[in-house]
Amino acid sequence: MTVLARRPPSLRPGVGRRPGGGRRVGAVRFVLLLGFVVLFLIPLYVLLATSFKPLEEADPSRAWSLPRTWTLEGWRAALDALAPALWNSVKLAVPGAAISAVLGSLNGYVLSKWRFPYADAVFAAFLFGMFIPYQAVMIPLVQLMTKTHLIGGIPGLVLAHVVYGIPICTLIFRNYYATIPDELLEAARVDGAGMLRTYASVVLPNSGPAFAVVLIWQFTSMWNDFLFAVFLTGPASWPATVQLNNIAGSMVVPYGQQMAAAILASLPTLLVYVLLGRFFMRGLMAGALKG
Amino acid sequence: MPASEPALTTGGRRRPAPAAPAGPPRRRRRRRRVRAWLPGLVLLTPSIVAIGVFVYGLIGWNLRLALSSKTTDISPAHFVGLRNFTRLWGEERWNLAVRHAVLFTVVFVGGALLLGWLLALLLDKGMRAEAGFRAVYLFPMAISFIATGIVWRWLMNPAPPERAVGLNALFQRLGLGFLANDWWQNDRWGMAAMAVPAVWQMAGYVMALFLAGFRSVPEDLREAARVDGCSEWQVYRYVVFPQLRPVTLAALIILGHISLKVFDLVVAMSGKQIITDVPAVYMWQMVFDAHNPAKGAAIATYMLLAVAVLILPYLIWTLRSERRS
Repeated sequence: MTVLARRPPSLRPGVGRRPGGGRRVGAVRFVLLLGFVVLFLIPLYVLLATSFKPLEEADPSRAWSLPRTWTLEGWRAALDALAPALWNSVKLAVPGAAISAVLGSLNGYVLSKWRFPYADAVFAAFLFGMFIPYQAVMIPLVQLMTKTHLIGGIPGLVLAHVVYGIPICTLIFRNYYATIPDELLEAARVDGAGMLRTYASVVLPNSGPAFAVVLIWQFTSMWNDFLFAVFLTGPASWPATVQLNNIAGSMVVPYGQQMAAAILASLPTLLVYVLLGRFFMRGLMAGALKG
Repeated sequence: MPASEPALTTGGRRRPAPAAPAGPPRRRRRRRRVRAWLPGLVLLTPSIVAIGVFVYGLIGWNLRLALSSKTTDISPAHFVGLRNFTRLWGEERWNLAVRHAVLFTVVFVGGALLLGWLLALLLDKGMRAEAGFRAVYLFPMAISFIATGIVWRWLMNPAPPERAVGLNALFQRLGLGFLANDWWQNDRWGMAAMAVPAVWQMAGYVMALFLAGFRSVPEDLREAARVDGCSEWQVYRYVVFPQLRPVTLAALIILGHISLKVFDLVVAMSGKQIITDVPAVYMWQMVFDAHNPAKGAAIATYMLLAVAVLILPYLIWTLRSERRS
């Protein structure tokens, strides 16, 4: 729960916990929780209902009604407008997450099992990089990228995400590897394995869950990022968030299409959340949130 | 394994090497020790260089820019001291942006903490379909602020009653017309409305933090209090809540630093309108529209300072307590 929590705290209720407060309190709690569920789902209802509405039903009096005639107009238009940007986001988030995970794994291994003098200080210096507002590096970063001709393209954006993702990825792997018993590694070393052989034969095969957490975390934050994208990419390489904002920002685009585009741009991360929510949660708990 | 090699530890404390009888000369031993940790350092070097250059190097570069006279893209960069920093405070727009950021932070952090805490409290004892509840409260986290902004802009549409959509229309339909308001377009309290979608997005995260906190309080402790005659509420009040201070602090700091950087949400909700201006949007405009790098860099430096004041003590505190444990 703190930035450095070793193991993600469990959310399971304690064993043998007394169901508290009797039936009536339980019922009140249930009703309240249900009320919040309704509140939390209102935006989702609006997104879905509006996205299937034809233009004629854009009338304010029908704002909250379900569509009378369901149409895919909005979805088709949204997909046309968003498809290249969605593909850009894929080209950004998939390789970006993979590179981040490999780097984070090696770094975490060194910082938990192959420590050198002042390793703690280095780690602390990494961690600060996790919280900085990226505005504080953005203007020089743009200049640097311009000089190296990386500006405006996806490789430059991947580079930025990977570099500024190093702290959180290192943190997650470091904390995860701290739970691997040292004896396991010592055994490999006694057999004459060096640093990399020990990593490949002992550490890597045990890294599955940490890889899942980091891959999901980095994929989600790269997919949802707007700040880096808006500073570092040009029209041809705009990812989905930037294109989505452009679609919504122009006054002529009907609500139905805006909402369909918003759903389309969110589908991949929502899918990841639904399918792999367990690991998503662990990422949340292990690392503080990158804003 | 040579005795002089450092043992594999995680805590930084080397196991004392057994004294080697008639061992090798000290210099050779040191060389062996270096050989033991050097590969690790080498493997980490690319990342150290990357962080050194891209985080610390660029922060320094940005600071130099902020202290310079480069107020247009082509003007020369002479050192002018803190001029860019002090001038900002004479501007109405900057003061407004800071006011907005503070108001947003208070409502967002307060709202998300309170709602997250309440949800965790309601869930603490376990509930039928608990996983389902948690999933609903948490799903907004998976969505980008841009998508959130699009749907909430519709919900918080300030159009007059006859053209009202969104929540205002819903209020009218439910006979709660008096609740209808102009949301984020209110020039005094608009930023409080801007914080509502952010609360929607982050409350589930706070819930997860608090729920883990609640459930880390040992059941024996609660039981002991009950035996002493505490009511269920008193158990919470005197046993559980005091244990939540570290979680609350962590949540406060995480939310706070997100809040000080708020950018995407504001852009998606209102674009670049002054009425919802915040430092991050102001800085963006200085770079793209006004082409005033020195001023943009000064604003960015203020943002960094605000976050550093919040984060540095927290980082030092957590690293220290980790070392202690």
